[in-house]
Amino acid sequence: MVYFCTLGPKQSWSCINWAPAYHLILEGILILWIIRLLFSKTYKLQETYKLTEKEKEDLIEEWQPEPLVPPVSKDQPFLNYDIVTGPPSHKITINGKECINFASFNFLGLLDNERVKHKALASLKKYGVGTCGPRGFYGTFDVHLELESRLAKFMKTEEAIIYSYGFATIASAIPAYSKRGDIVFVDEAACFSIQKGLQASRSFIKYFKHNDMEDLERLLMEQEQEDQKNPRKARVTRRFIVVEGLYINTADVCPLPELVKLKYKYKVRIFLEESMSFGVLGEHGRGVTEHFGVNIDDIDLISANMENAVASIGGFCCGRSFVIDHQRLSGQGYCFSASLPPMLAAAAIEALNIMEEDPGIFTVLREKCRLVYEELQGIPGLKLRGEQFAPALHLQLERSFGSRDTDLKMLRSIVDYCLLVLPNPNLFLPIPSQSCSCCLSRPVLFTPFTTYTKLKALLH
Amino acid sequence: MLIKNEYKLIKKNKVFYTIPVANESASHDGSLYSRPFDESFEETPMLVAVLTYMGYGILTIFGYLRDFLRHWKIERCHIAREREEQKDFVPLYQDFENFYTRNLYMRIRDSWNRPICSFAQISTPLSPLVSSLSLSLSFRYTGRVVTDVINLGSYNYLGFAENVGPCADAAADITVKYGVGVASTRQEMGNLDRHEEMEKLVARFLGVESAMAFGMGFATNSMNIPALTGKGCLILSDELNHASLVLGARLSGSTIRVFKHNNMQSLEKLLRDAIVHGQPRTHRPWKKILILVEGIYSMEGSIVRLPEVIALKKRYGAYLYLDEAHSIGALGPRGRGVVDHFGLDPCDVDVMMGTFTKSFGAAGGYIAGKEELIKFLRSQSHSAVYATSMSPPVVEQIITSMKCIMGEDGTTIGLERVQQLAENTVYFRRRLREMGFIIYGNNDSPVVPMMLYMPAKIGAFGREMLKRNIGVVVVGFPATPIIESRARFCISAAHTKHMLDRALSVISEVGDLLQLKYSRHRMQRSVGQPFDDNVYEDIDD
Repeated sequence: MVYFCTLGPKQSWSCINWAPAYHLILEGILILWIIRLLFSKTYKLQETYKLTEKEKEDLIEEWQPEPLVPPVSKDQPFLNYDIVTGPPSHKITINGKECINFASFNFLGLLDNERVKHKALASLKKYGVGTCGPRGFYGTFDVHLELESRLAKFMKTEEAIIYSYGFATIASAIPAYSKRGDIVFVDEAACFSIQKGLQASRSFIKYFKHNDMEDLERLLMEQEQEDQKNPRKARVTRRFIVVEGLYINTADVCPLPELVKLKYKYKVRIFLEESMSFGVLGEHGRGVTEHFGVNIDDIDLISANMENAVASIGGFCCGRSFVIDHQRLSGQGYCFSASLPPMLAAAAIEALNIMEEDPGIFTVLREKCRLVYEELQGIPGLKLRGEQFAPALHLQLERSFGSRDTDLKMLRSIVDYCLLVLPNPNLFLPIPSQSCSCCLSRPVLFTPFTTYTKLKALLH
Repeated sequence: MLIKNEYKLIKKNKVFYTIPVANESASHDGSLYSRPFDESFEETPMLVAVLTYMGYGILTIFGYLRDFLRHWKIERCHIAREREEQKDFVPLYQDFENFYTRNLYMRIRDSWNRPICSFAQISTPLSPLVSSLSLSLSFRYTGRVVTDVINLGSYNYLGFAENVGPCADAAADITVKYGVGVASTRQEMGNLDRHEEMEKLVARFLGVESAMAFGMGFATNSMNIPALTGKGCLILSDELNHASLVLGARLSGSTIRVFKHNNMQSLEKLLRDAIVHGQPRTHRPWKKILILVEGIYSMEGSIVRLPEVIALKKRYGAYLYLDEAHSIGALGPRGRGVVDHFGLDPCDVDVMMGTFTKSFGAAGGYIAGKEELIKFLRSQSHSAVYATSMSPPVVEQIITSMKCIMGEDGTTIGLERVQQLAENTVYFRRRLREMGFIIYGNNDSPVVPMMLYMPAKIGAFGREMLKRNIGVVVVGFPATPIIESRARFCISAAHTKHMLDRALSVISEVGDLLQLKYSRHRMQRSVGQPFDDNVYEDIDD
């Protein structure tokens, strides 16, 4: 319409004749459309509404919450625990029946060691049982400080920090370093406490296939490419790899030397969880770093619990002071929780003494592991999973019997057979692992001092 | 609205008091409170607030200056450094995250983590940590032992943290018989007969159907709240809840809403809004609403308004999770906790949680409630499946101390201790008020926070008290708001009147030295008044 206006009126009327017809029709329609829009009713996109008091009261009356807990059926498998009377050492009395214990994590047999008990008693006479306070508020005893320095010396690191609960150790350590926005590469078969720690840390979690270094390298390379796109963000994003020394869920070892190579290549820090391998692997029981001969300074943080080989309660983390000291203020399980009872710390010190004095027990343990491993091969219907020197092994059903419930029932019946029918039985207990989809029977565990019986004959 | 006239919030001379209304006719209209509920949080004096901010400002400036000097290597840095091989890794800590730690905490680091050389009883030998140089960042142990320090810092409410007596003997017997460790989880080989007995005893103690115990109080909260709620549920949590409750609520994945500390109107408003409007954006109704409160809040010394919370819960159909970490054993005429203190029915509380660390001198936590709840937790709780069960001597200590409190061991020691604690609490609080200190919290709570405010006084108070052989706990940021740093006293039944008097005279002395008597409401000295914990005093204008 521009040329229409710039011309004079006489000339513009003559233009209408030679302007194309469609042009005029279109503009006429547009004018009509604008007139229609101007006069149509307006409506709001969002309706705001206010409820009256009566409506609110009605809603409140109507609302029915779900029950606090869903009803539990009577034959839920883990409802009734087996009751153990008497000390839980390598001979154990379950539900009134005496058995050889193949199910406790008592790897070095220190649960009923007289020296450990004696030291615990002496500590009890001096300190009482509880500490009545967290570490920051008069809950630090000289026993705790001694245990920390002994652990640091044993593992040949600069510093160690102890927690009062094994589960809380790695679950508090990971969120202390890895925050929202950081990236953690975890093995798929990581144990439950690691998963809880990762959940609490709110970081990005990337799982790699169990013990598959190529998969991990692939993930690391992808991350590197991402970093090149956004270097500013990459400069402040911390990266961690979390692995276990000896996995609880699969009973095999992580390939530590390759991990250390990857660490320096891609600049990620390594957190190693050694609950099962502390006091088991290595010439002096120092864990998987000694087993592979890796320099301990290459691992940023080693976390272990003292509830397996050391036969006490609690957990510890060790590493360089630069790393460990941070947890004294930001480890939630350390700052906000009462400290370890001193008698348990004294028991742990004595267990460490025993481990240092006699490195021969580790060789004995490995020998017995090997014996059991060989004997358990070739049992019809059950597959053995684990390393030769692992003290905790898994027996899996070779083929599934249908559903998870039927498999569980089958495993439980094997356990009951061992428990009830045989004169001097071994003891298994099936526990379905939450992170694996197949059914696993609980590890076959034993101490070096148990008498070894022919398992093949016992299990049909 | 339900909570209208049950209590009145009055402000008299800049002090907030909450008193139940119509106290005279308490028996007629059935007011929710059967005993007076006195809580006071005196407002910070203006001059003190200004000086405190100035103090922090000066510290911050010096902090930046020191960081600058350290960065340009003018000043030597004593703290640990990263390895040479890992210098080109992404830094593990951001500089600003640690600013407070480096520049404020490190200067008065010897106020915390003081090691003890004996049991956490009334007088403990301590070996303090002293700095080698005044401006140095490195502290080392001097090896010097200070003996006969009165311990006002440990959570030893009933005095069971002792190394002699029936509890210690029973624990010693069990150690010889069972050993120290268990090496297995509860669902496998870790369920000893002693555990079962302890759980039945806990249930009887609290007056509920059933109970279950765990190895760590912190883990009890953080592993069981996720089992109870999930996505689609709502958690209403108090502002000042403990870190374990906050972590448990976060891990559960539910929506969390926070109500003002101990403020029942705020809680009611949140409940009404939640039920009426449903979930955010979808407006579907909530599956469950869980209210998380604590019995005694350890930083404020306040007690939860349990009668009102229960009234609200019943009216709106929510569930109540009560964390009695500090109040179990310490409150109530029979020592059964905050429910006993208010004379309520334990069945009204859906989930009762508590710890054995404070009043029982052991370690661990428990959850108690209806049979279905405990059955559910036995099969579904993460702690039962993955975490080691409790150590036998600890279990024995719990059994013996609980029997003692209940009177089942044939003596009245337990009941006497509970009464002694109540008397000590009232006496201590009254005397501190008379001296002119600002004390927060409820008159009946054995946790007594005394305000210090200024950052320099935090360190000075701790050190001066230790010089005079009294061990106290001082708390600052981030556990408290930045200007409200305080010293916290924990009264114990094992403190004799003589010890309390000595402690009080020392506190008064140090208070005069450091100018800590901020309160504008000095109470009249009441001389020769007999101990009576039903008396509540008038405040002068």
